[in-house]
Amino acid sequence: MKQFGAFIKKEFYHILRDRRTVLIVLVMPVVLIVLFGFALSTEVRNVDIAILTPEPDRTIEQIADRLDASEYFTVRQWLRTPDEIDRVMKSGEIQMVIAFGPHFSGNVLTPDGSQMQLVVDASDSNMAQSYVSYASGIIADFSRELAATGGGQGIETQVQFLYNPQMKSAYNFVPGIMGLIMMLICAMMTSISIVREKEMGTMEVLLVSPVRPVYIVVSKMVPYFVLSCINLLTILLLSVFVLKVPVAGSLAALGLVSLIYIITNLSLGLLISTMAQQQVIALMFSGLLLMVPAIVLSGMVFPVESMPPLLQAISCIVPPRWYISAVRKLMIQGLPLIYAWKETVILISMAVVLIAASLKLLNNRLE
Amino acid sequence: MAAVTVENITKRYGDTVALDGVSFEVEPGELFGIIGPDGAGKTSLFRIIATLILADSGTATVLGFDVVKDYKELRKRIGYMPGRFSLYQDMTVEENLAFFASVFGTTIEANYHLVEGIYKFLEPFKKRRAGKLSGGMKQKLALCCALIHKPDILYLDEPTTGVDPVSRKEFWEMLKQLQQEGITIIVSTPYMDEANLCDRIALIQEGRFMQIDTPQRIRSGYSALLWVVRTNRMHSLLNDVRAFPGVDYGYAFGETHHFVAGEGFDPEGLKRYLRDLGHGDIVLYPGEATIEDCYMLLAKQ
Amino acid sequence: MEEEIVIHAEELTKTFGTFTAVDHISFDVRRGEVFGFLGANGAGKTTAMRMLCGLSRPTSGIGTVAGYDIVRQAEKIKRNIGYMSQKFSLYEDLRVWENIRLYAGIYGMHDREIAEKTDALLERLHFTRERNTMVSQLPLGWKQKLAFSVSIFHDPAIVFLDEPTGGVDPYTRRQFWEMIYEAADRGITVFVTTHYMDEAEYCDRVSIMVDGRIEVLDTPGNLKERFGARSMDEVFHSLARKATRSE
Repeated sequence: MKQFGAFIKKEFYHILRDRRTVLIVLVMPVVLIVLFGFALSTEVRNVDIAILTPEPDRTIEQIADRLDASEYFTVRQWLRTPDEIDRVMKSGEIQMVIAFGPHFSGNVLTPDGSQMQLVVDASDSNMAQSYVSYASGIIADFSRELAATGGGQGIETQVQFLYNPQMKSAYNFVPGIMGLIMMLICAMMTSISIVREKEMGTMEVLLVSPVRPVYIVVSKMVPYFVLSCINLLTILLLSVFVLKVPVAGSLAALGLVSLIYIITNLSLGLLISTMAQQQVIALMFSGLLLMVPAIVLSGMVFPVESMPPLLQAISCIVPPRWYISAVRKLMIQGLPLIYAWKETVILISMAVVLIAASLKLLNNRLE
Repeated sequence: MAAVTVENITKRYGDTVALDGVSFEVEPGELFGIIGPDGAGKTSLFRIIATLILADSGTATVLGFDVVKDYKELRKRIGYMPGRFSLYQDMTVEENLAFFASVFGTTIEANYHLVEGIYKFLEPFKKRRAGKLSGGMKQKLALCCALIHKPDILYLDEPTTGVDPVSRKEFWEMLKQLQQEGITIIVSTPYMDEANLCDRIALIQEGRFMQIDTPQRIRSGYSALLWVVRTNRMHSLLNDVRAFPGVDYGYAFGETHHFVAGEGFDPEGLKRYLRDLGHGDIVLYPGEATIEDCYMLLAKQ
Repeated sequence: MEEEIVIHAEELTKTFGTFTAVDHISFDVRRGEVFGFLGANGAGKTTAMRMLCGLSRPTSGIGTVAGYDIVRQAEKIKRNIGYMSQKFSLYEDLRVWENIRLYAGIYGMHDREIAEKTDALLERLHFTRERNTMVSQLPLGWKQKLAFSVSIFHDPAIVFLDEPTGGVDPYTRRQFWEMIYEAADRGITVFVTTHYMDEAEYCDRVSIMVDGRIEVLDTPGNLKERFGARSMDEVFHSLARKATRSE
């Protein structure tokens, strides 16, 4: 036990003396939260639009005013012919054109209603979707009012924002960032730190000593475990107080699932380190084989449900997928732990398998 | 009983043969040198007798323990200093030593007398990080770390590589002292001049031991006729000498050239011949073989 | 006969803050000479060599290398010197000819010239069959010979060698020194920095630096005589014992 203590002390020396890494590890969650929370937000604000109509009239002007008055859109141009659409879209001045058919206003109050078309720059499909929903929403409101005063069919649009009425992207990315950062620190940094000893030759000396190799690696995990807990706390505090995303469910349940997730990732790091001989390899392993799936397949960016079946199957072995899903349930939806039982069980079994595999691979010798 | 008995050890990495049927014995309390260039198989041999890798065939017993079966017992008794000084660069001198002491379940205080002679050089720098030490200091610290658990046998893999001559000399003096304490030492080096400081040496080339004996007996056993030559035109001298009848082969040797002559070689004839070629200040005499000459002769055979 | 001076250093000094790494060193190296530049770790060898290669500006003093001023004509110097170190010399993942090609290209040699010289070089080294071999597949001794040949491929006035033969087997090491002598006979000045004293024995003249100053400069034979020593190792010991600083 005294040996184990000496090892842990040594690990803390390594980490605390590498100021740059400590700083990166502690600041990274803050930067990510700020980036996603403010700069990279998918919320719609002051999008430049144009109105296309052969004959501007009162109704159309009213609609344009409504759009312009909202914080989402700014009406920049009025177009006369459809040919102009191509020009303004290509030049990038305008992101969306709202085109009204001929005799628009005259038909509004007839039983057939009247037609309009939204032309959107869909090169960023996510944003395009948002523009359309926002614009349709505004127009629908206007149409309802018009119908209430004048009778008739009005403009037919139906929009509903479920689950996240303000379309806040924070609800989506906070669980994602939690999954990502803990994977980065636990899996990547532990494995690199073990492999570094192999590379430096110190592992050679330790192996020739009577210390059991399992002590060497387990002692590596302790400081990273502590760091992860600090990060978990930082992220939660930031999301509650800065992004105003509250912990809707039980904090204890969230903590429990997070601890399980941290352990799963530490064992993943351990497994990588038993296989890699060089830091570069460990970095490639964790960088490409862990980070990319963690971002792409975990549901953090793209919803798992809309992936092709093959990718969905692969995503099942990506730990953050289950963690993110659990956090969404526990933190955002505020469900009790029992609703996340499946995720929890899967994460625990992953940890068990990983630890068993690495203990089997962990060698008493150099080869 | 021998401290180390190695029998017919072979080790391959893919197509490369690192060790090819190596056998030797080291007596308790001996300072045994393994002399040969980089890539000759020295490190693989150390790793096998240090229980770090397994040989493909052959057996090795250290201090009466089999390196494969009894590795756990053996590891308590070995002090090992690998080729690169395996220290934690971001920890201080003192922290490194304390850490390695606790790895072996002991403390600096308990075995301080063993490392005292070496540690006194390091004492003034004990708060300095190992990464900031000079090559000679790192080497001394690594030795301390390998000794702090009072091993019965010490393996040193190229301990003097990258260390300046003054530190190298100090280091060999330390090894002599440790030998007085009764520790068996096996040391490897690519520097032939260090061979003379060992009790016995093995000359290793391409995974084979070419000869094992005391440095003295290896030198006196030199079986060819060695000559030393020097003139005022050293650069062209070598090829001129090689062209002379009776000269088997020649090579540069510091500020002289050495050559091996066969039967019927005529020294006076060589002098005349060199004079005719325009050499001046000609010095020619039969040489005494150094370990390096012996190594080259053996390697040629 | 007045011999041509290719390296000239006069009171060359480099200070870092209050630390004087190189302290007023003066020496000359002649064309075609094999010059050994010795010193313990931290004696100032590397700093001095960097100044001579035009990589670092001296705090004071004058230096010319291959006829160019080390401060004002550093770029010209770089075109006229070669460099080889044991640690870095060739790209392991490139073939033999690719390494040569790359290196020659860096020095702006023309394709035809490169092709002709490559053939000649490979012929001379008996490497013709290894032309397409990956450098990582070559034995250490061969790599070293190739690295040296590559470093003088553009016929520099001076080649700087940093501990060129440490750890090499005795036989290859001899071949290496013969190549160095051949280059010297062709008029290339060879400047060897090392702290391995057995390498020093092979040099025409050596200087030994202690604490930033050049303590002695002479032929190995004269030095051994002066210090009553049998080897350069002993000479070095009697000098280095005076040293007060280490790295």
